[in-house]
Amino acid sequence: MAFMNITSPHAHGGNSTSRIMLLVILATVPGIMALTYFFGWGNLINIALAAFTALVCEALILKVRKRPISFFLKDNSALLTAVLLGIALPPFAPWWVTVVAVSFAMIFAKHLYGGLGNNPFNPAMVGYALVLISFPVQMTTTWAMPFFLTDGQVLSFSDTLSVTFSGSSPLVAGLSDAFSGATPLDTYKHLAKNETALEILQGPLFASDVSGAASGGSASNWFAGGWEFVNIAFLIGGLALLALRIFTWHIPFSLLAALGTCSMLFGWDADLYVPWSLHIFTGATMLGAFFIATDPVTASTTPLGKIIYGAGIGILIFVIRTWGAYPDAVAFAVLLMNFAAPMIDTYTQPRTYGHEKAKRGLATKPDTSDEEG
Amino acid sequence: MQPITLHSFDGGIHPQENKHQSTQRAIVALPLPAQLIVPVGQHIGAPADVIVSIGDTVLKGQDIAHPKGFVSAAIHAPTSGKVVAIEQRELPHSSGLEGTCVIIDSDGQDQWLEEIANGSQGINDYLDADNDVLIKRIRDCGITGMGGAGFPTSVKMAVKGKQIDTLVINAAECEPYITSDDMLMRERALEAIRGIQILMKLTAADNCLIGIEDNKPEAIKAMEDALHKVHGEHHITVVTIPTKYPSGGEKQLIKILTGKEVPSGGIPASIGIVCQNIGTCEAIYRAIAEGKPLISRITTITGDSVEQPQNVEVLIGTPVKHLLEFAGFKQEKSLFQKLLGTESKPRIIMGGPMMGFTLSNDELPILKSSNCVLAPSQKELPANDIASECIRCGLCTEACPADLLPQQLYWFSKAGELDKAEQHNIADCIECGACSYVCPSQIPLVQYYRHTKGSIKTERAAQDKSNRSKVRFEARQDRLDREAAEKEAKRQARAAAAEKAQAAKKAAAAKAAEEAAKNGDSPATEASAKPEPVDLEKLQKQLSAAQAGLKKSMDKVAEIKAGEAEAAESEKLEVFEKAVATRRDKVKLLAQQVAEAKKAMPPVKKEVSREDIEKKLRAQQDRIEKSQQRLQLAQEQGLDTLPALQKGLDKQMQKLKELEADLAQFDKAGV
Ligand code: SF4
Ligand code: SF4
Repeated sequence: MAFMNITSPHAHGGNSTSRIMLLVILATVPGIMALTYFFGWGNLINIALAAFTALVCEALILKVRKRPISFFLKDNSALLTAVLLGIALPPFAPWWVTVVAVSFAMIFAKHLYGGLGNNPFNPAMVGYALVLISFPVQMTTTWAMPFFLTDGQVLSFSDTLSVTFSGSSPLVAGLSDAFSGATPLDTYKHLAKNETALEILQGPLFASDVSGAASGGSASNWFAGGWEFVNIAFLIGGLALLALRIFTWHIPFSLLAALGTCSMLFGWDADLYVPWSLHIFTGATMLGAFFIATDPVTASTTPLGKIIYGAGIGILIFVIRTWGAYPDAVAFAVLLMNFAAPMIDTYTQPRTYGHEKAKRGLATKPDTSDEEG
Repeated sequence: MQPITLHSFDGGIHPQENKHQSTQRAIVALPLPAQLIVPVGQHIGAPADVIVSIGDTVLKGQDIAHPKGFVSAAIHAPTSGKVVAIEQRELPHSSGLEGTCVIIDSDGQDQWLEEIANGSQGINDYLDADNDVLIKRIRDCGITGMGGAGFPTSVKMAVKGKQIDTLVINAAECEPYITSDDMLMRERALEAIRGIQILMKLTAADNCLIGIEDNKPEAIKAMEDALHKVHGEHHITVVTIPTKYPSGGEKQLIKILTGKEVPSGGIPASIGIVCQNIGTCEAIYRAIAEGKPLISRITTITGDSVEQPQNVEVLIGTPVKHLLEFAGFKQEKSLFQKLLGTESKPRIIMGGPMMGFTLSNDELPILKSSNCVLAPSQKELPANDIASECIRCGLCTEACPADLLPQQLYWFSKAGELDKAEQHNIADCIECGACSYVCPSQIPLVQYYRHTKGSIKTERAAQDKSNRSKVRFEARQDRLDREAAEKEAKRQARAAAAEKAQAAKKAAAAKAAEEAAKNGDSPATEASAKPEPVDLEKLQKQLSAAQAGLKKSMDKVAEIKAGEAEAAESEKLEVFEKAVATRRDKVKLLAQQVAEAKKAMPPVKKEVSREDIEKKLRAQQDRIEKSQQRLQLAQEQGLDTLPALQKGLDKQMQKLKELEADLAQFDKAGV
């Protein structure tokens, strides 16, 4: 009788790429819910639009590259990129911003490098950076105000849809004052140029709590309405992924530690610098730490390398937020560290069992000089 | 005993154990098969030499093949019967190698060799016996490691000159499904312990640690009970270790039990440890105390495709088919296949699901190292999905017990970047499969590593070959130079001797005069000034002998490297590689001595006539001319001997310069 011939190992743990991607997508749900609760339908519409665009792009490219479409679509990676972008883009971003970001991410950042696993840069962040540089106005003025700052008005789903799709129509112009604005980070940074911390904190973004009541603008209120809950929701999703061992603690923790340390060191003077609590709990910090920096494909892969990589992103986020021209810095920080990841890996090889020291650095040709008499 | 502190190794996984299926029944003896296929190369090292011929009748336990060389093991007839064929057959091996097998038709009597049956071969007071006697017995009984690789035990025991403090007994049995060691300990604990005592005597180890995973409480208890029955101080401890794959890997177990790491490329003995499988201990006891050779073993037959998973005592050489039939193997058929009347090929694995290999057919025999035959159903061990791209998730890195970076190794393997793979220590991969097990992209990582390791070996072999031809070329050049020098030296020796005789005469006369005058005593000054042509010759002879030895060893290494792409070979390879290293050192040393001896000669050269030097000069010029032609040829044809030739030429040129200098000096001195 002839038997089947397969090499070891024969057992498999049953994990799969699509499962991992799906779990990551599911873990963003608390964060998305928080976003929707505080800022309305915008992000959900973005996500849906992004997902549609991503799947279409992926399918088209796979067709062009003559790859089995269903096999690759099944891996959920395109969906994940889309979801992350949908979350990261401002809620009232015009539809074409989303489409440009997503298609650039899929086509240029992912497939032109050879598809999943071969892309050196995080596709979602490449897409984000592109639209941030190309359309700075749309990217900085279309952030939403949390619902408790909009005089009780809530923008309905259909209104949000028309905002998204009508671009700069009169509707948006009318709405923009009430519903949209800059992020707390941006606001604080600009105000800090000529106001003291106490004055800044009197502003509505910082002074109101969730109930909408002014909490008096005391100096103890170091958080910005709504954003801290969004970040906590992403933190919860991230911790769930950590518990499921989808990624390790190294990158998110070193990122947060580095960002926290920097902002505490420099932020002692809240009159000049954004306080650490705003760094950690506003903007895309938690999303970045747990969902973007941990993108395995583009991150460093050795245990020590991951710590360096995460810390690097944390420091860069602080530097760019503090001295850069853009409202948030996660995208640029991640992309810059993507550049460094291969180099970090090369110099952080772990010590292999049975070796006294870790071999690090570039491969050297085996020394044959001792062969010569 | 002092409490043992457990250590742990990084990485590791927890696959489904699936051990309970086969531990429900006691070990039973498999009915005698009609025919046995006994390979003579079941172990690491040289296959044994067959000493029977077709048509011979053999008795159970009779030796049918003798070990060939140091690293080899004897083979015995597993039952009585007739040798019907001695031929090349496929072996149960991951690479489907062929090897010489002795085919024995069983006569159904299963009759032991007389001296084994009457027990006269047993050594009763084995704990007082001479070590050499015991080691010889172990070798004669064909004992090899029964845990996996099958390294001859006598070789492992003959660790002369190495201080062994700890004997590590591997009873972890971390592979899923396999329970042969578990059952052996449950039923034959005392024999195993006695075997361990023998091993402790042989290695002179201070203590012994038996590592058993905590998922085998019955075996642990049986071993502890057996230990209580041993009288006197024994320094043997049963250590319960946490269940984690691959804690039964030799290196991992040593780390767990002792906290020490076996140096990369080294053997446990270099850190004072010898490691043996528990099954081997029992076999050793049988060999020593009962005089029984290794002709049967306990094998687990399990998996959802057999009706009765269990452990059986099976004769070495039993066809797997016989075992499968005994356990009630049923080929799985889907409804679809039933309707169409077709069938798919079943997957039969020798060994466990992590490191075992599939058998190509059911005619293959059970070997001394076959601890398990696994016949899983499709559902149990589904064939792997199509691999997708590596997403660099790093799960493999976390799982790797050797602290490697499996994904980097994968990328390098895929790109064929052998030097980078080496830089990332691919040689330290134990092929445990933990990385593949956790890989979400279902990449057959281990397969890539095996391939890369194979390529590295082949590349090395090629490199060695070119190095060898270089060595050969240089050796020839050296020989030519040497011959010339020898002739010269002899001539000079003669001249010197003549002169010395004269000088001695004069000296004697002078001395006599002096003595007469003073009764002084300083005769030792002369000896050191004497030239040493005899010594040089001797050295040169030694050198060429050493060079020949080196070449032999290098050939051997290349042979092993080229011959087999099997990880387990490394131990044997190591032996020879070490030999190469020491021999190379010796050659270097001798060459140096020769050079020194030659250098010490020039003072004598003053006696050389001008013609002689001129003659040499001319000869050297001719030689250089020839070399230059050869070099040009090599250059034109792009031969890879080019650098060697270049080097040879350089040396010749230098020699020429030396000669010219000699000549100039001669002239100066002469004028
Ligand atoms: S587990 Fe598989 S997919 Fe993940 S990094 Fe390793 S090889 Fe790549
Ligand atoms: S097979 Fe090799 S690389 Fe993979 S986990 Fe085992 S030792 Fe590490």
